[in-house]
Amino acid sequence: MKLAAKKDSELAEKLMEVEKMLEKYKGQKGALLQVLQEAQKIVGYLPIEVQKRVAEALNVTLSEVYSTVTFYSFFNLKPRGKYQIRICLGTACYVKGADKVLSRLEQELGIKVGDTTDDLKFSLDACRCVGACGLAPVVIINDDVYGRMTPDKVPEILKNYE
Amino acid sequence: MEFYRAHVLVCRGTGCTASGSEPVMEAFEKEIEKRGLSKEVKVLLTGCLGLCELGPNIIIYPEGTYYCKVKVEDVPEIVEEHLVKGRIVERLLYKERTAEERMRALTDINFYKRQKRIALRNCGLINPEVIEEYIANDGYRALAKVLTEMTPQQVIDEVTKSGLRGRGGGGFPTGKKWQFAKDAPGDVKYVVCNGDEGDPGAFMDRSILEGDPHTVLEAMAIAGYAIGAKEGYIYVRAEYPLAVKRLEIAIEQARERGLLGKNILGTGFDFDIFLRLGSGAFVCGEETALLASIEGRRGEPRPRPPFPAVEGLWGKPTLINNVETFANIPPIILNGAEWFASIGTERSKGTKVFAIGGKINNTGLVEIPMGTTLREVIYDIGGGIPNGKKFKAVQTGGPSGGCIPAELLDMPIEYDTLTQAGSMMGSGGMIVMDEDTCMVDIAKFFLTFTQDESCGKCPPCRIGTKRMLEILERITNGEGREGDIELLETLARNIKASALCGLGQTAPNPVLSTLRYFRHEYEAHIKEKKCPAGACRALISYEIIAEKCKGCGLCAKVCPVGAISGERRQPHVIDKEKCIKCNSCIERCPFGAIVKK
Repeated sequence: MKLAAKKDSELAEKLMEVEKMLEKYKGQKGALLQVLQEAQKIVGYLPIEVQKRVAEALNVTLSEVYSTVTFYSFFNLKPRGKYQIRICLGTACYVKGADKVLSRLEQELGIKVGDTTDDLKFSLDACRCVGACGLAPVVIINDDVYGRMTPDKVPEILKNYE
Repeated sequence: MEFYRAHVLVCRGTGCTASGSEPVMEAFEKEIEKRGLSKEVKVLLTGCLGLCELGPNIIIYPEGTYYCKVKVEDVPEIVEEHLVKGRIVERLLYKERTAEERMRALTDINFYKRQKRIALRNCGLINPEVIEEYIANDGYRALAKVLTEMTPQQVIDEVTKSGLRGRGGGGFPTGKKWQFAKDAPGDVKYVVCNGDEGDPGAFMDRSILEGDPHTVLEAMAIAGYAIGAKEGYIYVRAEYPLAVKRLEIAIEQARERGLLGKNILGTGFDFDIFLRLGSGAFVCGEETALLASIEGRRGEPRPRPPFPAVEGLWGKPTLINNVETFANIPPIILNGAEWFASIGTERSKGTKVFAIGGKINNTGLVEIPMGTTLREVIYDIGGGIPNGKKFKAVQTGGPSGGCIPAELLDMPIEYDTLTQAGSMMGSGGMIVMDEDTCMVDIAKFFLTFTQDESCGKCPPCRIGTKRMLEILERITNGEGREGDIELLETLARNIKASALCGLGQTAPNPVLSTLRYFRHEYEAHIKEKKCPAGACRALISYEIIAEKCKGCGLCAKVCPVGAISGERRQPHVIDKEKCIKCNSCIERCPFGAIVKK
């Protein structure tokens, strides 16, 4: 119960921040995408409460906001893990065995691509080329880039994020 | 002005930063400070040098000595030997795979010798975060020239005469595009830079934006003057945080110096540039989808005509060029159209930047004159295929392109030759594949990509790519049927003919080109239920050859599912039920005792 209450108050705080940010953009044409990007930066994801507020502030319908959020892969409707693991599945990484690294990640974390572990510690996403093809295959955890990955290196690297 | 006797250039592109060039740079600064050389030696960050695989890369001028794979521990030695005593640290020099001695200067090595850098002219040479360095290298001189000496029409004529074609994929003549935008009626017009480099395996635009952001700003201002626009937008992928940061700095600095904003260089010309970030949608690289995204909407394409040059951003005439195209503009203005047109071939002028990757020794970024052959790029510049494997195909043009086989290696690289070969120039990704790459699997890989990225607006792309993908999945799973190849071909033709935008129209290309050159691989999957390259997991199994196995147990240790068992010093066995075919055991076995069948 306590934990849930804490979470609620955190969210309320973040919503206040979102309100402040919205002031800046009120009435601006074409600001929806930028607003959503900033809102996600503040909250970490885009729950329906946030989408409603964005729709009101920019004077667009909630359905337009929701359809935009679900169109772009960068927006999340659910909270993500503390450590966001992204594995590049671009061509260069794929040719060099990124799929095998991905299988190992799924196995070690016990989740599939797109999911988050129950303790909200890790989420796993496949992403398109990050442009570090010289280091293929590449795994990115938050801001740390791991190049020349092999399945074997997975458990060792995950240990850094205990 | 301060004068330094030596400059240490540390590459801080995405590749080298990932390899740890930031701590290396800090180590240089500390070490130089410690030795009291701060007034003599300057440490600078630069953009991408191209050889990302060997990062962190460092160049020390005035000699131009190139050190690769430099670690923090190496820094005191470089400072002591090179910067204090003037002796080159041989062990950190680049070693050509084919030659015995190590190469001292960057310009000596094959990877660079054959390149001609126009779009990348400043990458790895200047500090992208300091506008003065760009200005010192002729920066903003082309803008000054057009504003003071040329009429807008003269600028467009120069671009047209140069023969420059769009570097983002289609290869549309740039001058013509500018003319359309200029001739379109309207008081308000826009210039847009397409930096939504979405093709997996292509990162030239990222390197330009990171390594030389001002060149794009300058070219956009020139374009603005030529077509009569006062505002520009740069649309960059959110996946490129470093490029975004450098652009923000560059725009700020250009505004401070009066090179963007009101009354530029006192000529009465106003032009300003704004950044817009993508949010992870491949289709936004398509120009009408990109415009929708800048307007803050879902990035869905719309039918053309009307073309953006007539009706673009917020319904106004809009000129859209990609990053690399813009990067060619200032040199064309400064050196003249004839100079540019003298490089390349009859129908493809100038140079093209390629990102070479995959199964190749030197991965990285290269800029070569049009007309260079694929063989030169892959073998002379790229250093050939690693581990003694055989070349199978090179993929160009990303998800819109195709795979080119060994027979066509001597083909000159041009827009038209690549299209004839069933591929395309695209944005310049070049992924090399060897004998271990399955061409059906690669076709499936690209279809998975386009299917996932299809925006869903038009049925041929939304449903057609899905059906094609299902067939490819069935073939790679060993469930292919007679007639599947023909069905793929029919679907491919129909999608090409009827999809709304470039993404859908080109989506079948990877399948068609692999069918054209590697039909036998498809047939082996369908008829014999075999994957000749040993890549499709459903069609292979792993076995240990008892005679070769020494019983060292390394494979059992590395197996993530405990599928390998055996006594020490006795041949081990793989439990095929448990095996997940992750390939870890093959990679670990020192005796080559494990095989895929």
